[in-house]
This record gives sequence, structure tokens and C-alpha cells, in this order.
Amino acid sequence: MGKSLYQKVWDKHLVRQLDNGQYQLFMALHLIHEVTSPQAFGMLKERGLKVAFPDRTYATVDHIIPTDNQARPFADDMAEKMIQFLDEAVAEHGIEYFPPGSGAQGIVHVVGPELGLTQPGMTICCGDSHTATHGAFGCIALGIGTSQVRDVLATQTLAMDPLKVRRIRVEGMLSPGVTAKDVILHIIRVSGVKGGVGYAYEYAGSVIENMTMEERMTVCNMSIEGGARCGYVNPDETTFEYLRGRERVPTGDEFDAAVAIWRDFASDADAVFDDELVIDADDIMPTVTWGITPGQAISIDESVPNPDQMQGLEKHHVTDALQYMHLEADMPIKGTRIDVAFIGSCTNGRLSDFELVAGYIKGREVAPSVRAIAVPGSEKVDSAARAKNLHTIFEEAGFEWRKPGCSMCLAMNPDKLIGDQICASSSNRNFIGRQGSPTGRTILMSPIMVAAAAIEGKVADAREVFHLSGQTS
Amino acid sequence: MSPAARPVPTSHPVITKLLGTGIYVQGNDIDTDRIIPARFLKCVTFDELGPALFYDQRFTETGDSKHHLLDAPCHKGAEILIADNNFGCGSSREHAPQAIHKFGIKAIIAGSFAEIFQGNCTTLGIPCLVMAEEARKEIAKTVLDTPDAELLIDIEKMQVTCANNVYSVMMKASSRQAFMAGTYDPLEHLLDGMEDIRRKARRLGYA
Ligand code: SF4
Repeated sequence: MGKSLYQKVWDKHLVRQLDNGQYQLFMALHLIHEVTSPQAFGMLKERGLKVAFPDRTYATVDHIIPTDNQARPFADDMAEKMIQFLDEAVAEHGIEYFPPGSGAQGIVHVVGPELGLTQPGMTICCGDSHTATHGAFGCIALGIGTSQVRDVLATQTLAMDPLKVRRIRVEGMLSPGVTAKDVILHIIRVSGVKGGVGYAYEYAGSVIENMTMEERMTVCNMSIEGGARCGYVNPDETTFEYLRGRERVPTGDEFDAAVAIWRDFASDADAVFDDELVIDADDIMPTVTWGITPGQAISIDESVPNPDQMQGLEKHHVTDALQYMHLEADMPIKGTRIDVAFIGSCTNGRLSDFELVAGYIKGREVAPSVRAIAVPGSEKVDSAARAKNLHTIFEEAGFEWRKPGCSMCLAMNPDKLIGDQICASSSNRNFIGRQGSPTGRTILMSPIMVAAAAIEGKVADAREVFHLSGQTS
Repeated sequence: MSPAARPVPTSHPVITKLLGTGIYVQGNDIDTDRIIPARFLKCVTFDELGPALFYDQRFTETGDSKHHLLDAPCHKGAEILIADNNFGCGSSREHAPQAIHKFGIKAIIAGSFAEIFQGNCTTLGIPCLVMAEEARKEIAKTVLDTPDAELLIDIEKMQVTCANNVYSVMMKASSRQAFMAGTYDPLEHLLDGMEDIRRKARRLGYA
């Protein structure tokens, strides 16, 4: 019987079984940032422990960093304190660090892949649930809590229970205007926000195989929103070509040798999965959320649900969500006025996202009532976009082009919604208050859908706004 | 693959029984942003997080009380949180379980939990117990009607006793064992494997 990638990577990194029945798993790569890691260094200090494998840990700052003026000290004292804490901890423990201005700073899940730190077959962890992003390379990539960050710093291992594996095959061809973001929003809509609890997702099928690495990252990124602990795509030629020539990837013969090893991690043809879900690409439309969880999503042509047609707790939740979002039952989501448009985050803040959008917004203008911001995911994305003059296209269309960071994805920096503003967002969470105002509202969608909404001033169908039918996406 | 042969020292108190009053926080998919809004994540220790638990549910933007159940005098000192499905979904931030912990909650009973959240709670010594909907509704009602009703959680028997009724609960086997052995914080045990870890690192042969 063949093995899945999950099983192979697990076996390779398994240290031993613990007394309580859990397993001790070695972490090939540990990424840290300023919000969930400083406390772990404090915990180490309390116990007089050192970082066991400092050469397997890399640090950057992303969550709290302002995206306008990044000069130190930051205007926000607490943000300054957190980053100082990280500065000192990495210096003390000899951890490689990509601070602002280094040319490599950015959202941790953008930075790992673009430097080539993320490589197939690795176990990867980070104190951030979107670590699943790295699964795009064929890794077991886990979001962990701060006590686990402590565990990994002290031992480079985690105590884990094995997961089951569900293969999600997306088969067919995406229609024009349908993107990777729509694929994952559709998967979450179909399987629910807790459908993945206890599972790792293997994304497969022709649609996934035909995706670029950046598209695969978008899909894997939101695995956690579907309840899965992690998600991955089997490494293939697309993966190897993406990695070739990256800063931290071996070169020459060593690269070829690495590819041979990487290739072997892919799930065997006869691998057996605990569960399988098949999705027909024809069923996937541009998808947007209407509620307060990523699973509360509909395609752009649908109307928001009517709680009167539901029962029990579900009725209650739909009523609450509609009330929070100021939406009426049965109204079409298309046409909902927006105040803010945000393109960025570890889901959709990569070069290809900005390239794609730039192609459509060139010569168009953001509606006067909308504040539109574009935030590159990293300094590398920023400089590559600038080299192609994309920032000018965005600025001329009426977007603010900001410095890299998480920005309005979770609004720990000054980029926040005000009051009950409603935001068309390319990020990954539409939770109550997520974008910085306790009454702020979020509609998740793909970057081109955000661009369409920005231009129209309301939720719109990118296929109509940008005349996409007939073209291939 | 084989379990460590020697006994591992227990560094934390065993948790087999918990007695306390309960409080019901209604709603499925209560996410970590609701448990602790992102603006409270600006901290370098977790010490001050307790008062920020469910902040936006409890207080208006100007800081006035919304008279949330958590602030009701009759629920003061409640130690057992009762919740619905998919509690703790969203972020891996330990700030959420830490806020619950620092607020004084000792255990959570819910229909289901998000995985990372549950793991984080376990490490902090907060048992996350899964209870079927009917039973949970009954307990929630009891707690709402008689806030001083005590709940007795028995980790060994996997039972909760409340108002003379006994309800069964579920928990991951490894977590249950860890509470009973006082090994829910895994660090000591992980450190114990340091030799094996170094050997594994040498043999990885890549990266
Ligand atoms: S962009 Fe958003 S989801 Fe991604 S790491 Fe930053 S805060 Fe988390």
C-alpha cells in the first residue's frame, strides 16, 4: 500500500512516541514573528533554556508594523516595545532575522517561500495559523501556539497527534475570472468551517496541478479556515521551477540531488486516504462572503440566505450574521456598497496578485467614496512590483501603495476600519472586529473582485467589470 | 517509535476532578478574534490578558459595560465555560486560551473545539470537554437559571455532574491521559528526548 505525502513527511521527522501516546516530531523549519514569539523567549528564560537549533529558526516582523512610516521608533509605543523585544531575543540567541529595510522583511508566509527557506518534504511551524501556506510546497506546515513556540525553540520538536488525510480533488478547468481564492472559498463553503477538524488536506486534481505556486499558496493558506490543521499540494515540476535559483536553495548538482529527494515525497499513486472530496471546477464561481465566518460565502450571483428557511442554532447564527453585516435576508450580495478595498495579506499579497490586478485597473479609477489600499506582502514583492511600475498603476487608479506588512488583515497597526465601515478584502478572515473596528465589516473575495468592487464602489462581478468572459483566466 | 522506557518526572499538578460554577457563552464558531480582539495582542507577556477576554462583547467602544453574562455578579467566580460548536476557531494565537486562563476559567465544555485552540488549552492545563448538544443545552439552562449550581468534572470517568444529573463527555485520549498524569505541558518530556532529537537532526540528510 502506498503512502501519502503526509505519511512520508511524518515518518521522516518522527523522533519517538511520548508516554501519553502522542508523538515527538522534529521541525525542519521554524519561523517566528513579533506577536506570538516574544512571550516564548520569556518562557525559555524562566526555565534557563537555550534555543536548541538556532540555525533552523528565522525571524521577521509583519503583524504590528506600520505600512506608512516604518522609521524607528514606531509611533505606537507598544509596537516599538514588541519589535525591540524580538530584536534583542534574536540577537541573544543567534537567530537569523529579516528586519524592515533588510530587503527581505515581510509577512512570514510570503518570506519563507520567496527566499526558498520553504522546501518540499519539510515539517514547518510558526506561531501563526496561516503557516499552512507553506504546504503548497509539499510540507507539513503547522500553526502553533506560543507554548509550542517555546517547545520548538527549546527542542526543535512538537508533541503531536497524527492527523487523518482528506484528498480534495478539484477537477476540470476554471472559468474566466475564477481564481485560486474562489477555489478555496468554495471548498470551505462546501465542507464548512469545521469540516477539516482532525485532518490534513491534500489538494489535488487538474485544477490544482495547473496552478502556479503562488496560486497553490493561496489555496493552502486558508486550509485553517476550513478547520484543517494543515493543507498541502504534492511537489512537482512547477514546485521545482519556482525554487530553482532562489536565495536559500542549493544550486547546480546539489539542486538536482535535492529535486530527486523532493520528488519522492509526493503521495504514491496507490496511496490510501481517509476521505476524499471531489469538486467540479464548473461549480466554482467568483465567491464572496456575506457573513462573519469564511464559510458563510456565496457566489457573486446569489442572494444572502434567509434565516426564516432555517431552524435551531443555524437560524440564530444566520440572523446574527446578517444583523452584524447590515444585510437583509434574500438580498443579492452584488451591489452592496463598500467603503474600503484592501488588497494584501498572506493569502493574496504576492507579486502575481498585484500583476493580475494591475492588468485590469490600468486606466480605471477607484470610486470616489472608496478608500483603496494595496499592501505588498514583503519587501521583495514591493521591489519587484516597483521594478514593473505596478505601484504607479495602482496609484494612478486611486489606490494607496503601502509598505509591506499584514496591515488591514488583522489591523494591529494603524490600518483599520473605522466604525461600521465595510471592506472588500483579499485577506482570509471576516470575523467580527477582525479589521480593527469592533463594528467593522469584511467581505472576503479574490483580488480582482476587490479591484472590481473598488472601481464600482460596491460588490461587483469582476467578469462584468473587466469584460472577462471568453478570455482564459 | 517506542515509548520512553524510564518514567518521566511530573512537573505539573494532575487534573482529575474540577468543581466550580458554570457560565454559558452562546454561539457557534466563536473565533479567537472574539475571544480576544487583535488590539489586545500587543504584549510581550500574557499576564494582563484576563480583563480583555471577550472585550468587545462585554464593553462598548467607550468602555461602558454591555452587561454581558461574564460581568453579571451572579456569575462572578465561574470557572467552567460552556460553549457551542467549533469554539476557538481562527487563529493559533495562544492569547485566546491565555485570556481565558487568566480570567479564571479552569475548564471548557463545548459541542466541539477548533484543533489548535484545544491543543493550546491543554498545554495550559485547561481541559476541553466535548458534550452532546442535548446534554449541553440542559447544562446551559441549569447554569442560566441557577448560576450557583456547581458542576463536577471527572476527567477519569469522563463525566460531568450537575444538579444531580450525570452527563458524559469526550476528550482526546492523549489529552485525558496527560491531565491525569500531570503531563499536559509537554516540554519536560520533549527535552528528555534531546539525544534522539540530535540524532534525528543529523540523519535528516537535507535542509
Ligand atoms: S497577513 Fe493576516 S493572516 Fe497572514 S500572517 Fe498576517 S495577520 Fe496573519
